[in-house]
Amino acid sequence: MSASRHSLSLPAALGRHAILLATAAFILMPFIWMVSLSIKAPGELFQARFTPWPETFYGVQNYGEALTSVPLGRFMANGAFVAAAVLALQLLVAAPCAYALAKLRFKGREALFALVLIGLLIPQEVLGLPLFILFYLLGLLDTYAALILPFAVSPFAIFLLRQFFKAIPDDLVHAARLDGMSELAIVWRLMVPAAMPAIIAFAILSVISRWNNLFWPMIAVSSEELMPPSLGIVFFRDEEAGNDYGPLMAAATLVVAPLVVAFLIAQRRFIEGVTMSGLK
Amino acid sequence: MAVLSDLDRQDAASQGARLRPTGAARAIARAEAVAGYALAAPAFLLIVALIMVPTLGVFVIAVTDWQFGARTLNFVGLENFRELIGDATFRAALVNTLLYVAVTVPATLGLGLGIALLIEGGRSFRAFYRAAHFLPVMATLAAMAITWEALLHPTIGLINQMLGDLGLPQPNWLRDRHLVLPTLMAIGTWQNLGLAMVLFLAGLKAIPQDLYDAADVDGADGWLDRLMTVTLPMLGPVTMFVTIIMALRAFEVFDTVRVLTQGGPGDASETLLHTLYVESFEYFRTGYGAAVTLVFLAIVIALTLTQARVMDKRVHYS
Repeated sequence: MSASRHSLSLPAALGRHAILLATAAFILMPFIWMVSLSIKAPGELFQARFTPWPETFYGVQNYGEALTSVPLGRFMANGAFVAAAVLALQLLVAAPCAYALAKLRFKGREALFALVLIGLLIPQEVLGLPLFILFYLLGLLDTYAALILPFAVSPFAIFLLRQFFKAIPDDLVHAARLDGMSELAIVWRLMVPAAMPAIIAFAILSVISRWNNLFWPMIAVSSEELMPPSLGIVFFRDEEAGNDYGPLMAAATLVVAPLVVAFLIAQRRFIEGVTMSGLK
Repeated sequence: MAVLSDLDRQDAASQGARLRPTGAARAIARAEAVAGYALAAPAFLLIVALIMVPTLGVFVIAVTDWQFGARTLNFVGLENFRELIGDATFRAALVNTLLYVAVTVPATLGLGLGIALLIEGGRSFRAFYRAAHFLPVMATLAAMAITWEALLHPTIGLINQMLGDLGLPQPNWLRDRHLVLPTLMAIGTWQNLGLAMVLFLAGLKAIPQDLYDAADVDGADGWLDRLMTVTLPMLGPVTMFVTIIMALRAFEVFDTVRVLTQGGPGDASETLLHTLYVESFEYFRTGYGAAVTLVFLAIVIALTLTQARVMDKRVHYS
């Protein structure tokens, strides 16, 4: 931006780095502490002086303990499966609806859009209690369905895709119809590819929300074999690890790692995805 | 919904006017409408079944004394709400949540903006600083809360070790009734300031270079001048969004409370969502839980709507 034309004077540049390094250190401290404890032997945890790297590398034992005393691998697989299933459903449901709202004329369209906007206003936590009762009545509590179905429709996905679809010229849609494409084919072979940036951004947002969410899984499942990582790590602390910080921090590292690594690889995409929720 | 049906009528009327000429055009319009209904139907049905009916259900449950699992229930009118007002735990949850929002929102906004300005103010290490500050936004909060518990451990935690080295008192951060809420606020700020930062960075990038050039011509060429005359005024709309997003996230504080304190000691760190969870899913006081849910819903909606309106007036759009 802006200041790039006015290059900073040396003191100003040094001041900038001094402040940003200090705040970055504060932000990163828990991550460094977490990884550091995850490779330390129990005896070293109590030492008065903190050193990031351990005297004896104890990572194998800690990570082994984390992976075997609770089914941590299973928790992570559950998290990946639920996130993927939710995302697939959300796109399958939202894209056709967004296309109808953006490009088709039908009676009740404005009312439907109003419904989507109302849906956007209602936070997920408000739905916890009634959905708990609904899934109880359906006999679906403590199943994968209970973890997946409540998120099948995302008003935000509909809203976002509608906006992107609207920007696609009507002429393209007419031409596709003249070529004999069905409306469904127009959605999936014309609209969705053209709105890929929005879809990727939404996908990132959706996966982050599912992987990290603790509130609904606490309500929906109680069986160990269904727990997603967020619930699994709390279960591990409460049931197994207690104050056994080495394995506990190893488990925390494993739970946090997939999203953090994905973020470091595709920083720009991730930041776009997260900012899109705010600025679009 | 009178407004909506008006819109429908307008829509239908304009469609009728446009299409009157030929039967073929009418057939095409009908085919388009049929396609519209078919494509929107799954989303419509799911929104009704998974969002609208459940939300209305909360209103119905809130005026009953139903306890989950009980075979009978009675209509009790506003009794649940009367009980809420008299309930010390609920009052503590409400006050704590408001305090939490009142502190973390300005903190995340101020730090997020300051860091964004510093990052954009120079050229070196931009990507590193951005990534470093953004990391907590991505990281699973339940896992990071457990990490914070270790960091804040009264004897072996890094923070108290450092305080001890400096000869300062080493408090029990999560068990001290006066410190527990500020501690949770600090963790909340730590988690969310990176989100505010990237939103401000996007806002900064959107400011046209022309404005800085014009400011230069007008003699506003010091960094403070540019900040006051161009940057901050132009960030108005972004600030509105960031404030709303941060406030909503703050109101939804749950994970850290659940994992670290369960609302304790006493009610010192009880928050709205945590009370909602405990009443609804631990005590199974369903009617009462529904009343708490409605309070939460009312605050979130009022916040979104009024904040948007208030800031709309102050914000500088151009």
